Amino acid sequence: MTATTSEPLLALHGVTKRFGAVQALAGVDFDVRAGEVVGLVGDNGAGKSTLVKVMSGIYRADEGEYRFEGEVRHVTAPSDATALGVATVYQDLALCDNLDVVANLFVGREEISGGVGGALRSLDEASMEKQAAELLQTLTVRLPSVRQEVGTLSGGQRQSVAIARSLIGEAKVVLLDEPTAALGVAQTEQVLALIRRLREQGLGVVVISHNLANVFDVVDRIFVLRLGRKAGVYEVAETSQEEIVGAITGAEFGRGNGSGGGGEQATGEATR
Amino acid sequence: MSTAAATPSEPTPPAATAAAPGPEQGRGPSLFNRVAQGELGSMRVLLGLVVIWTIFTVANDRFLTSTNLVNLSLQIAATGMISIGVVLVLLLGEIDLSVAIVSGLCASVMAVLCEQHGWPAIPGILAGIGTGAAIGLFQGSIVTRFGIPSFVVTLAGLIGWQGALLWVLGSTGTVNITTPAIVDLAGTFFTGATAYIIAAVVVALFAVASLDARRRRVAAGLVAATPLVVAIRVAAVAIVSFGVVAVLDQDRGLPLALVILIGFVVIFDYIVRRTRFGRHILAVGGNEEAARRAGIHVMRVRIMVFVLGSSLAACGGILFASRLLAVNQSSGGSDLLLLAIAGPVIAGTSLFGGRGTVWSALLGGLVIGSISNGMDLLALPSSTKYMVTGGVLLAAVVVDAAARQRRMRSGRV
Repeated sequence: MTATTSEPLLALHGVTKRFGAVQALAGVDFDVRAGEVVGLVGDNGAGKSTLVKVMSGIYRADEGEYRFEGEVRHVTAPSDATALGVATVYQDLALCDNLDVVANLFVGREEISGGVGGALRSLDEASMEKQAAELLQTLTVRLPSVRQEVGTLSGGQRQSVAIARSLIGEAKVVLLDEPTAALGVAQTEQVLALIRRLREQGLGVVVISHNLANVFDVVDRIFVLRLGRKAGVYEVAETSQEEIVGAITGAEFGRGNGSGGGGEQATGEATR
Repeated sequence: MSTAAATPSEPTPPAATAAAPGPEQGRGPSLFNRVAQGELGSMRVLLGLVVIWTIFTVANDRFLTSTNLVNLSLQIAATGMISIGVVLVLLLGEIDLSVAIVSGLCASVMAVLCEQHGWPAIPGILAGIGTGAAIGLFQGSIVTRFGIPSFVVTLAGLIGWQGALLWVLGSTGTVNITTPAIVDLAGTFFTGATAYIIAAVVVALFAVASLDARRRRVAAGLVAATPLVVAIRVAAVAIVSFGVVAVLDQDRGLPLALVILIGFVVIFDYIVRRTRFGRHILAVGGNEEAARRAGIHVMRVRIMVFVLGSSLAACGGILFASRLLAVNQSSGGSDLLLLAIAGPVIAGTSLFGGRGTVWSALLGGLVIGSISNGMDLLALPSSTKYMVTGGVLLAAVVVDAAARQRRMRSGRV
């Protein structure tokens, strides 16, 4: 497989994180390659959020290695991760409902054109609108108008805007926290299609989701966490939902071949 | 880029094209909904103004005379100036209950320095505005540093600065203003050619700005207003500007105070809608957490807005003092606070933050000022005036809250 030969974009090795007496992560390895969608699944409290927060720089791991494009990096703040090209789309989207799509895409990194000078220089609306329209077209995100207030958009459109915003800053890896949690069927399909387009553009995508059907729909590999440990890595093509549920819960879903989970885990290890 | 510039007549924005009609395509809000949701708040308030003016003209034929309109514009100049600061604070989703008393205090500082300590006018005025800025810095810092609701901090300010006002004025309690330059602020009128030249300059600046904006959009290959639309807009501004000048010129002329107010409105409207700082104010008012994650210095923006709010209140207080030719213990008191906050809210600036325009300070001031002025002409008792003004404010707040509820219901799935 091509995936096994290419270097991971983002890789974590032996990541450990404790909160007081609670061991949230215990020696977890994780990696995502360019042009790959990795699903991160696990029960509540399995450590998914903690792992994502380590990747996005909100938490600093107690132990372990953070490698980006093969090099060890010290990521101690969200801005460090953003600077590397790791963008995070949180579940609450963090959009300003009162601003239009263009303003939301560029919030915090507005472009300035000439004008009076100093603090009174005017925003370069034309340039920002042009880039916004081009970006949304590349991603085939359909909106009534890029000048529409984000508060008037549907849930799927809002999610799309939030994902598109992460790409404004030259992201290479995008972390999506429950991107389809609050969406209807048609809108979920829209967002999944958007995730596939991110993959086509060569980004590494990490999707955290409770919805296994969606995960199976869109991801290439599934990474299962259980009680802060890696419970297995599975190629979607070679596994089943039952097997993943088994890995998440720790139950033996043998169906007559009890070695399934262990075998896949071995494959996962071998690829490394 | 070059191809885009070569085909500026292509009217299709790339994002809207994405041809295949998705399930959510073309679900833009109807004109009716946009009016109801207050997105066309300016239209709504202009209609309201027409209704109010019609009623008062029918009730008293002196209402629409040049003399009364000059009075009206002098009356709204000070309140409108304070309201600009109120708009900025409201856009953040905060409130400043101390603006009225701060306006009185700062005007008193100026008056005492100029009239009793012999300061020249300009340093005195600057000291007044500086007092406002310092008060804003103090209150804004407490609000942000300790995370106390601005309502409480500025309520404490409302009481505290009242005490400071009494202290500054000393035992006499009243300071008459005789310094010529300060008196001239509200006492200068432009007549004849000067007034028309001012109107012409306004129209010319607007035309240049509109054409420049259009040129940029065309250069970027975006949909731009057609030359006809630009021409209609410029013509509308020309009609309003020359119309106002023509009417006011029949009496004393175009008041300097009105020119100052409109100048401030234009500058702050530009700051809010066209600069990075203004965009950050709107972002913080819309979703503070999102603004913080986007790397905006939320604290800095907040404190800056409180500084501007109190400084503009000081400017308003100075215009007030100039019109009344005095400051006294009731400066900044009475219903000034209510009117300064009610104006922008009536004209569509939301109490919930993030939505509104600086123009609502002027338009709302005009609505409130017209009601107050009209009722004065009809010699209605204070009891009626207060109840009517209160009713209008309540109606405006209800419309704002209803629009917000409708947005929350329809906005998300």
